[in-house]
Amino acid sequence: MRSFPGRAGVWLGFLALLLLLPHALSYSQQEILVFLTINILLVVSYRLLTLTGEWSLGHAVIMGVGAYASALYTKELGIFVPASMILGACTAALVALVLSYPLFRMKGFYFLIGSFAAGEIIRLLWKRFREPFGGPKGLKRIDPMPDFDIAVWRFDFFEPVSYYYFAAAVVGFSLWLMRRIERSPVGLTFHAVHWQDKLAEASGVNVRAYRTLAFVIASGFAGLSGALLAHYIGAVNPNMFDLELMVFILTWTIIGGTATIYGPVIGCIALTIINEIVLREIGLEQMRPFVYGLLLIVSVLFLPKGLESLVQKGLARVARAKRGEES
Amino acid sequence: MSEKFLEVSGLGMRFGGITAIDNLGFSVEYGEIRGVIGPNGAGKTTTFNVISGFYKPTAGSVRLRGETISGLRMYEVARRGIVRTFQHSTLFTEMTVMENVLVGTHMRYRPNIFSSIVGRDAEDRRRARTRATESLEFFGLLERASDRAADLPHGHQRALGLAIALAAQPEVMLLDEPFAGMNPEETKSMMSLMFKLRDSGVTILIVEHDMRAIMGICDYITVMNFGRLLAEGRPEEIRTDPAVVEAYLGSARDVA
Ligand SMILES: Nc1ncnc2c1ncn2[C@@H]1O[C@H](COP(=O)(O)OP(=O)(O)OP(=O)(O)O)[C@@H](O)[C@H]1O
Ligand SMILES: [Mg+2]
Repeated sequence: MRSFPGRAGVWLGFLALLLLLPHALSYSQQEILVFLTINILLVVSYRLLTLTGEWSLGHAVIMGVGAYASALYTKELGIFVPASMILGACTAALVALVLSYPLFRMKGFYFLIGSFAAGEIIRLLWKRFREPFGGPKGLKRIDPMPDFDIAVWRFDFFEPVSYYYFAAAVVGFSLWLMRRIERSPVGLTFHAVHWQDKLAEASGVNVRAYRTLAFVIASGFAGLSGALLAHYIGAVNPNMFDLELMVFILTWTIIGGTATIYGPVIGCIALTIINEIVLREIGLEQMRPFVYGLLLIVSVLFLPKGLESLVQKGLARVARAKRGEES
Repeated sequence: MSEKFLEVSGLGMRFGGITAIDNLGFSVEYGEIRGVIGPNGAGKTTTFNVISGFYKPTAGSVRLRGETISGLRMYEVARRGIVRTFQHSTLFTEMTVMENVLVGTHMRYRPNIFSSIVGRDAEDRRRARTRATESLEFFGLLERASDRAADLPHGHQRALGLAIALAAQPEVMLLDEPFAGMNPEETKSMMSLMFKLRDSGVTILIVEHDMRAIMGICDYITVMNFGRLLAEGRPEEIRTDPAVVEAYLGSARDVA
């Protein structure tokens, strides 16, 4: 802890940056920042799911389950908004628990297809049932976060800056929770199930229960991200959670890397910058699928361990330099 | 009274048209070292796979202290005290040696997600680590605790497989060719560790092709051939059993 600025210093600086960031941006960029914050929760929750080795194609829909559920709880039952978000997250986790019974009879490729099919069935239900899901047009006029005051600060959650602070606090806390889980013996068991499920089972690990556990927790956080989205936009519809969003999640994850918790975060930030700033500014939005495909191929070929591997190398260099200084 | 410690009876295992085990029966007493030998393809690994719950037998049963355990899932069998190792080095290769062995402690210190989050499992984590450290020390792997398992030399990898199993504090260990790929020196020190394990109350079943080792450590030997029981007896009886010599040792005369 002798070294300046020290760990706590780095974190404080980071926090200040997050607080000041929206004030350096335009209104539309602030809106993008809100979406980015929500997507970070989504993609980190996806990584948690992949820890046990299974990649799902239903994650975008699970996010939607949280969004629909939280919206309906406020609309139909009059539940107070932040509480409805937590209930929405729990609903997504519960749906995942139910889905896990058929899905975890399958592995690998079959699980991938199975999870996609399960997601499409849920989307079909949203489209099919006008009551309560609103059919293909979805739900509109969803309650926003109620305004409130803390001391002299007034939070009006129609303002992207206010909502950004709220979302960032929720996402920050969720990331901390997921990190704590991963670093616990539960997280070690997730990794064990991933690398050698037979040996894990011979060591007394109920492999299927742990796969389910990771799936359910990840789905809960995905549902929370959906709820955050629903009460910001004020509307949800089945097409928001379609295969395109799932492809985004996969791209962020693969380009960022999955070895660390910050890998997918970097992937998500990098692609959002490319997407929203570069492509939009130069008017190449139509080219988006092409650009994404290209980036994916380039990253798989030249950076198979993701953007995070660059950071890891950088950190290792800093550590070496420090050791050099000391000796 | 005559309830056996571990009893295999009428065991059969068919894969489609192949009969890997056929009407196999034997029993093991508490605290012994039992060798299971036989030519390649005799069904030894399959027998271990059935006892450990990896396969469900197509006939017969396995009983531990009178309780039928055949048909249970592998983790359920493990939780009843039977822990196995695998024929080929099967490890969590991307994890550190210490993390590998910590997975072995899973059954004793079942992780709980809620106490992990609020930080109330510090005591369990400390005990698990102590247990893992003991197990590594037993197999002389402590200095390598923070190495990646994939980076260990072959002999150490075999030992790590045993250390993971021992960390689970099993009553019965099923060891599938633990000495494979070890040099004579490593084999010798591993043999003395087997005696130490047995003396600490672990019953050991061991499949091994290294006859010198088998004859040296086993109290009793079960010989299989074509999925069936061929002979049973003390090492010196097996060595001179004409049927065994013909079926098995005949091709490796130098052993006797
Ligand atoms: N999963 C399986 N599917 C089909 N056949 C199998 C399977 N497992 C084992 N067998 C067959 O069962 C027979 C016994 O195999 P097993 O692996 O138990 O022999 P082993 O005694 O362990 O031999 P080795 O000394 O070579 O390890 C072999 O004929 C093998 O081909
Ligand atoms: Mg074998």
